[in-house]
Amino acid sequence: MDKTHALLYLALALFALGLCGVIIRRNLLVMLMSMELMLNGVNLSLVAFADRMGSAEGAVLVFLIFVVAAAEIAIAIPIVLLLAKSRRTLDADAFADLRG
Amino acid sequence: MTWLLANLETILLAIFGVSALVGGVLVVMLRQPMRVAMALISTMIFLGGIYGLLGVHFIAAFQVLIYVGAVMVFMVYVIMLLDPRDPATRRRFSGLVIPGVAVAAVVAGLLIRGVAADAGTGAAAAGAARGFSLAEFASAFLNKYWLHFELTSVLLLAAVVAAIAVIRANREDHG
Repeated sequence: MDKTHALLYLALALFALGLCGVIIRRNLLVMLMSMELMLNGVNLSLVAFADRMGSAEGAVLVFLIFVVAAAEIAIAIPIVLLLAKSRRTLDADAFADLRG
Repeated sequence: MTWLLANLETILLAIFGVSALVGGVLVVMLRQPMRVAMALISTMIFLGGIYGLLGVHFIAAFQVLIYVGAVMVFMVYVIMLLDPRDPATRRRFSGLVIPGVAVAAVVAGLLIRGVAADAGTGAAAAGAARGFSLAEFASAFLNKYWLHFELTSVLLLAAVVAAIAVIRANREDHG
């Protein structure tokens, strides 16, 4: 197994772990952090592909993902704080009445 | 000793990879949000080490600066603001443990099949990793992808406006 494939296996393991965390965890903040883990897995795969192909496109996409992650966290954190303030808990089940 | 030095890059890559994976497992398994944040920070730093070993030092630097320095510091502040006796921190998992693990296993299985199919073909082994220079990255970033670069500034502006709107809507609710 060469370097690129080992990195791709690591990337997909991180992505799957993050997906698992988003679904099974109860705390909203931990779910957010699991989403960050998924983003990191995708970033690793992009860097591995860019390194393999010798082209900078993958690295450009990684930079754009950095910006999107920062914007996402800037929106998500105020929403989480407001949710914690209104229900006094971050338990995802406490917000079950939000389902459509 | 010479063997160690000759394979130093591979050994470090393996150590960083395994450590990042352990950090990822801890993110899913640990109970306290602060420990989860620390595990995620260690994963991000090890990934930064992997990027450095691959020769993309600027991405390694921004991984540490943006993810650890901005996103995770923000997250740690919020964890410290919130109530540690929150029942959400006492119980780790929701009722979706079995379907969640199943979905993650199916996704991982599909991805493993894709990577293994690529690894099986001889074309993948033909060319070694080539890498690219910072100059190539810079010219691709600001010549070919200038529109995307500009669009991120619009996205950030929208994020700032939305954050202010969320806070203000809450203020009006409470007088």
